[in-house]
Amino acid sequence: MNLTKEKKSMSTASSSVGWKAGDVVPDQFPAGLRVLVVDDEPTWLMVLEKMLRNCLYEVTKCNRAETALSLLRENKNGYDIVISDVHMPEMDGFELLEHIGLEMDVPVIMMSADGEKNVVMKGVIRGACDYLIKPVGMEALKNIWQHVVRKKRNVWKHLEQSGSVEEGDRQQKQSEDVDHSSSANAGNRRNSKKRKDEEEDAEERDDTSTLKKPRVVWSVELHQQFVAAVNQLGIDKAVPKKILELMNVPGLTRENVASHLQKYRLYLRRSSGVSQHQNNLNSGFITPQEATYGPLSSLNGLDLQTLAATGQLPAQSLATLQAAGIGRSVVKSRIPMPIVDQRNLFSFEFPKLRIGDGQQQQLSTGKPMNLLHGIPTTLEPKQLANLHHSAQSLGSMNMQVNAHGSQGGQNNSSLMQISQSQSRGQTLNEATGNHVPTLLPSSMAQPILSNPVVGGVLARNGLTENGRGTEYNLVSQSSSMLNFPLNSAAELSNNSFPLGTSPGISSLTSKGVPQEEVSSEIKGSVGFMPSYDIFSDLNQHKSHDWELHNVGMTFNASQQNNSLQSNLDIGPSVLSHQGFSSSRRTGQNSNISAVGKPMFTAGDASERVNAQDVGHFNTFFADNSVRVKSEIVSDANCQINIFPEQFGQEDLMSTLLKQQQQGHIASAENEFDFDGYPLDNMPV
Amino acid sequence: MEVGQMQRTWVEYTKSLFMEGFLDGQFTQLQLLQDESNPDFVVEVVSLFFEDSERLLNDLTRALDQQSVDFKRVDAHVHQLKGSSSSIGAQRVKNACIAFRSFCEQQNSEACLKCLQQVKQEYYLVKNKLETLIRLEQQIVAAGGSVPMEELSF
Repeated sequence: MNLTKEKKSMSTASSSVGWKAGDVVPDQFPAGLRVLVVDDEPTWLMVLEKMLRNCLYEVTKCNRAETALSLLRENKNGYDIVISDVHMPEMDGFELLEHIGLEMDVPVIMMSADGEKNVVMKGVIRGACDYLIKPVGMEALKNIWQHVVRKKRNVWKHLEQSGSVEEGDRQQKQSEDVDHSSSANAGNRRNSKKRKDEEEDAEERDDTSTLKKPRVVWSVELHQQFVAAVNQLGIDKAVPKKILELMNVPGLTRENVASHLQKYRLYLRRSSGVSQHQNNLNSGFITPQEATYGPLSSLNGLDLQTLAATGQLPAQSLATLQAAGIGRSVVKSRIPMPIVDQRNLFSFEFPKLRIGDGQQQQLSTGKPMNLLHGIPTTLEPKQLANLHHSAQSLGSMNMQVNAHGSQGGQNNSSLMQISQSQSRGQTLNEATGNHVPTLLPSSMAQPILSNPVVGGVLARNGLTENGRGTEYNLVSQSSSMLNFPLNSAAELSNNSFPLGTSPGISSLTSKGVPQEEVSSEIKGSVGFMPSYDIFSDLNQHKSHDWELHNVGMTFNASQQNNSLQSNLDIGPSVLSHQGFSSSRRTGQNSNISAVGKPMFTAGDASERVNAQDVGHFNTFFADNSVRVKSEIVSDANCQINIFPEQFGQEDLMSTLLKQQQQGHIASAENEFDFDGYPLDNMPV
Repeated sequence: MEVGQMQRTWVEYTKSLFMEGFLDGQFTQLQLLQDESNPDFVVEVVSLFFEDSERLLNDLTRALDQQSVDFKRVDAHVHQLKGSSSSIGAQRVKNACIAFRSFCEQQNSEACLKCLQQVKQEYYLVKNKLETLIRLEQQIVAAGGSVPMEELSF
């Protein structure tokens, strides 16, 4: 019973198509909803099929993920929604989720008898729009259509909003609008509105955590073109600009490509098995362990360059950051970007945050990618703009941060070293290994702003998977590239990367960056910066961390949980968790909702985010939220909120560590409830 | 036996299976899913379960019989069996699988073998019960009656 396409007698089959245009929903809807159900267990497959048919859906079943993927590829618009089991032989549900996120923009629901939080988190992060626990009831299945409608509406919203380009100025690109051009082939329903011209999303979501920008739909053909271009350029050298040129697809923006590239990188990373990350991460950021910079570096390189161009971030800091960020994040997930997306989603409220955390197995970017696609692309310009801002701020921040630990300027170098080491250590997929030196800071900065998601995501991925230390950094970078709305960045930062796991510093950087970005409205989430510094300070950590915070980021003070935690070097793990919770608390980090991101880039991670550091952090967190205020950072709105709210250091650390191991780190979600953790110093 | 009596027997028998924990709510769900468009749904699913389980039990026996047991593989099979049994509501089989998995994690061969025996036992028991139940249903239908599913609300 691998594949059976059951055609419902009702003509509603066409209704699903019909309601593509605009938000018109046919009368019979949700009857006729085209569902693809994937489960390796024959009995479940039969039961689910029957249940879905009883809901009047049009059901296609298959017992393998690979089959499902090829079905989807053959007919991208052939299904409205996919329901997939998690545990399957060979390609499992998460991998499928990532692929779908990369290639098609279809909502995916995960399903499993395993309702363990970690696993559910993975699904969420990778962008699943829902997670059902078996045995699945009819009521649950009767409601799945909501995900389809929601997605469409989001798309439309982007289109509609694209008109308003508030931040448009920041965006360098004009409407990325991605959907229009690429989706054209897919006949994307969303495009039907094509408003695109404008905007991409004008919605500038800068502070709105939800990115609703028209998304580019990466159809199989488009993706093939993309892959061909990347291969032609060489994965290490593949930069969005060149890829875009090679692809020569009208309407596709550089941002679209950049975000997709990030995801792709994460995917590659993930599929190449990044186990090294873990080792690296642990070693602390300073050591390049994670040299995952490779992929990111290219990505970051771009962004970093941009950032660097802005002159804000000192080359060194950029490099360091990048190295750290890229290395880390990249390592973990294949494509930092996707991860970011997912992460961002997480924090932000993305409807489907599919943070592709690279949990080793797969960068679940599948889902998030979609989001990212849509969002980042549009955001990118903005994000970039933001990033620049943030970069600047970050740059300063980094500097400052570094200063704390090591001393002003030196941080950069230290960071650089770290990044370098990281890059070396890790064979970044990209092989770039060399951290994008100078770029780091910029990239870091970026992530903060726009990539918060990326950063966060990446960070998360990296952390969770590997060990994160470096990965996160990369992630953040990617995020920056992506311009994820700060929200996402926030998440990323929260990835609490490696604070616990990675060498402390390294993790921090990653964290810092991603997180900050996100949370702060600022796109530039300066927040990251702190994290980087942390690395430099690594040794100094604890004490430094805080200093850094002072610098730009008002770490402690701000209780504001706003955004992510910025760089508090506080034990990464600790911070990360806390960051999230705190951010959440603040309620609004508006932008960033970096929620959950365990930002804690708390201090110096100097590798150890260990509990001891945590202690330090706690003090920092006293306010829990380290806010990197824009004022400090200068543009960087990123608020690095280190929410250490009351996290028991040990708890945090262990949680973080655990999470990292589990790869959850991304759980930016509010799942971390740090409230229970008593922070010594943190007056919450 | 006349239809009414058969129906009553069916109801009592079904209830007892639930009471004794052989079947759980999921089985009821299956019964509710059955309708005119698919009148043999329960039988089809149950048959599939039998096939699947027997295959898995064989695989498990073989896997545990190896010199050096591959616990990951064993666990994968048990996981599948657990999923399968939960899909039709074979509660005791499912519970036996859960216990089995924890021993797999511990990589305890002896305990695993015992668990396998346990699972097999539960499986054959529930298989027997289900076959009896299905036979009853078929007799009712053959006699012109209908299976009183509505009576299952307990």
